[in-house]
Amino acid sequence: MANELILLDTWVSPFGMRVRIALREKGIKFEYKEEDLTNKSDLLLKMNPIHKKIPVLIHNGKPVRESGIIVQYVDEVWHDKAPLLPSEPYPRAQARFWADFVDKKIYDTGRKIWTTKGDEQKSATEEFIGYLKTLEAELGDKPYFGGEKLGYVDVTMIPFYSWFHAYEVSGNFSIESNCPKLMAWAKRCMQHESVSKTLPDPKKVYEFILQLKKRLGIE
Amino acid sequence: MAKEIKLLGTWASPFSHRIELALKLKGLQFQYLEEDLSNKSQLLLQSNPVHKKIPVLIHNGNPISESLLIMEYIDETWQHQNPLLPKDPYGRAAARFWAKFIDEKVLWTAFKAYNDKGKEQEDAIEEFSQQLKFLEEELKGKEYFGGERFGFVDIASFFILQFLRVLQEVKEAELMTEEKYPVLFEWMEKLQGNEVVAGCLPPREKHVAYVRARRAAAEEAASKTKAA
Repeated sequence: MANELILLDTWVSPFGMRVRIALREKGIKFEYKEEDLTNKSDLLLKMNPIHKKIPVLIHNGKPVRESGIIVQYVDEVWHDKAPLLPSEPYPRAQARFWADFVDKKIYDTGRKIWTTKGDEQKSATEEFIGYLKTLEAELGDKPYFGGEKLGYVDVTMIPFYSWFHAYEVSGNFSIESNCPKLMAWAKRCMQHESVSKTLPDPKKVYEFILQLKKRLGIE
Repeated sequence: MAKEIKLLGTWASPFSHRIELALKLKGLQFQYLEEDLSNKSQLLLQSNPVHKKIPVLIHNGNPISESLLIMEYIDETWQHQNPLLPKDPYGRAAARFWAKFIDEKVLWTAFKAYNDKGKEQEDAIEEFSQQLKFLEEELKGKEYFGGERFGFVDIASFFILQFLRVLQEVKEAELMTEEKYPVLFEWMEKLQGNEVVAGCLPPREKHVAYVRARRAAAEEAASKTKAA
């Protein structure tokens, strides 16, 4: 059966990166379509009418939406290749919990770092570091959140590594000095082709947010 | 056997109701522990140190938090009866999508629609109405969100919508009506008529009184902050 996969995405989206990493880890071929979010395609609006957001994975014409849900879908359909979620229910629940934690905390707090100034920014930076430290504690001595191999939580979190430079410059702080273990984990992940091929140049991400700030009218 | 499964919850929380129902649908014996959120138990703080929230399911000493994740855990651990999620990956992705939509969009928009004032409230009312339309469309032509039998999305959304109806009564706002959303209302009645489902709902009057008191306290606190 022909497996037609189209991914509607943008190069800079950490959510989209999750899906690309998952597909590449499993060696699955897909067609990548770059969306212009200031001028959304008819296909995107048709495939995700409720949220109108990327990423959307279109599998044989049917849309799957929300990055975490897409990664789980990919893991279930191609379960025999590089499984990302553990096979037992309790470790699976734990993995989903930590991915949910990343989803709830990292992006929004990170966004505050580059969209605010002064006390608000300082507070956001402290909060952000706090969350990274919580993740470090969860990682412990394991090479990956998934244990010996890249897993669901690793795939969920690693895209933000390409945004670290943008956060650091905006907030004038160092993630490396605050969270060395997490940085070591990130570099370990980057040794995987699925990750290094997917994550953009952090300098380009920083340029992107500078332009986005201009467009949004934020100083 | 009852000691194996513990549920930390609160009687008024729709998130807690979800888990009660999921456990009952699977025919499981469990120990329910009512939490006082103004004085959280050691067990809760130890079991959910990251968020310190209910519900928490503790199975053989292992804690699981976040109601939708707990439901998935229950479904995967006890597969013998009443499956909550479909077996096919696409159906599962769709179910997760709608449950997430309820939790991350509908609930918060509804709070703004009922509680905010001015332009923010107007915008929220518009958005809430659109969200309910999406739900109505999704349900049309089906017995339940889950198809022939009720499942994950039904459980996730039923208690939230029931909670919002309580809030609606407290705020005396007619945002969700049978006229506007006949399919949703018919579905809610169907579930209310199910003994196991209805058994997980708190008495209506008690729930209304509780939400009324909480809203009054919140509004008083907000006006004090403004005055200060």
